Amino acid sequence: MTRKTDTQITWKTFSEGLWANNPVFVMLLGMCPTLAVTNSAINALAMGLATTFVLLASGLLVSLLARYIPKQVRIATYIVIIATFVTMIDYIIQAISLDLYNALGAFIQLIVVNCIILGRAEAYASKHRPAKAVLNALGMGAGFTLALLCLGLVREILGSGSVFGVDLFGPAFQPWVIMTLPPGGFLVLGAWLLLFDWFRLRRQQKETVTGGQSDVA
Amino acid sequence: MNEAQQAMQPPRASSTLMMIVLNGIAMLAGFLVVMTSQLTAPRIAENQRIAIEQAVSKVIPGATRHREFHLGKDGLRSEPGADTTTIYAGYDDQDHLLGVAARAAAQGYADMIYLLYGYDPTCQCIRGIKVLKFAETPGLGDKITHDAAFQSNFDALDARLAPDGQGLAHAIAKVKHGTKQHDWEIDAISGATISSTAVGKALNQSAQALLPQLLPHLQELRATEKRP
Repeated sequence: MTRKTDTQITWKTFSEGLWANNPVFVMLLGMCPTLAVTNSAINALAMGLATTFVLLASGLLVSLLARYIPKQVRIATYIVIIATFVTMIDYIIQAISLDLYNALGAFIQLIVVNCIILGRAEAYASKHRPAKAVLNALGMGAGFTLALLCLGLVREILGSGSVFGVDLFGPAFQPWVIMTLPPGGFLVLGAWLLLFDWFRLRRQQKETVTGGQSDVA
Repeated sequence: MNEAQQAMQPPRASSTLMMIVLNGIAMLAGFLVVMTSQLTAPRIAENQRIAIEQAVSKVIPGATRHREFHLGKDGLRSEPGADTTTIYAGYDDQDHLLGVAARAAAQGYADMIYLLYGYDPTCQCIRGIKVLKFAETPGLGDKITHDAAFQSNFDALDARLAPDGQGLAHAIAKVKHGTKQHDWEIDAISGATISSTAVGKALNQSAQALLPQLLPHLQELRATEKRP
């Protein structure tokens, strides 16, 4: 695809990351923060938003500079750009709330090596115009945040009996502690993947039965 | 790779161009990072000050303001040195010294447990603790931060000095859940024994080392009461 013919912006540019190519539920990328920091809804939301910021900013800069970057040093350049924005969001989160910063721990710095971001920079931002790259990054970020929230909400409700720190069931509730521990991350992720695949297969089946054209390759 | 794709490939770039691009990106990155660091520094310092203020007012009940000192072998200093311990003296509205807070740390179950504790010179006891940083198991070890029965250990935990002034009269230690008999014992949380032990160990180590050094200088902390 050449950059000149690439001006058409459709709903799909944005929704690709949200649904059809959801980074977590479909592409299974970025599993490290997905499993590690989704033990509460607020951690999941903060991690999702931080990643979205880095996706957005690095996507824009990569898209703007792509034509000037020699092919041989592009990965090094993308990593420096991504690391810059990660350091910025690291400072910004410290300025917003130290508690949140402590809860997210090392995983903010580890956004640098999140494969979603480098993947988007290499596969999309460097080949598309800034407006399109930004919109696509926004969709991917929203999809990632949505997926983390799906995990975080379930794990917090089952593991601590609360939502965003608000107690749901009162003191009599016996929390299912394993849900906030690492195994809970795997269990909940597995359950969501099962659900997503079941939906996908059902839609596929329906389309075959009604004779409609399947949009799933 | 077809011909069209091959035609799209940029010609092999010269080393000079690569260096220019990498240098340019690195400079831009440096500028952005320093700018963010400068812009957020006051807010981060303020957040840290608020966090310490809240912790100090929790471990020294009634304290409305605090001052930071650095305790070394040669006494109290206002600037930190290589061998100094940071302490926070807590005062009430009338500038009366209510207590002194200090940090303590010990290895817990998952990682180091860092806490702040408040020493009250009037009752010669520890009046409260606040866990600053920990990574204990949620639902078990993390009870040290909020379990009401465990926290009540520190309503007045005996920390009297031995007559020779070289250490505590009774070492602070945790005992098995439900067997606390003396004021210097910490009743462990059932199911969080290692975390409870760590809290006791941290307090004992810190108090044994700090209090003999601190007590000769209590008068100086009181003397600063009238200063602004």
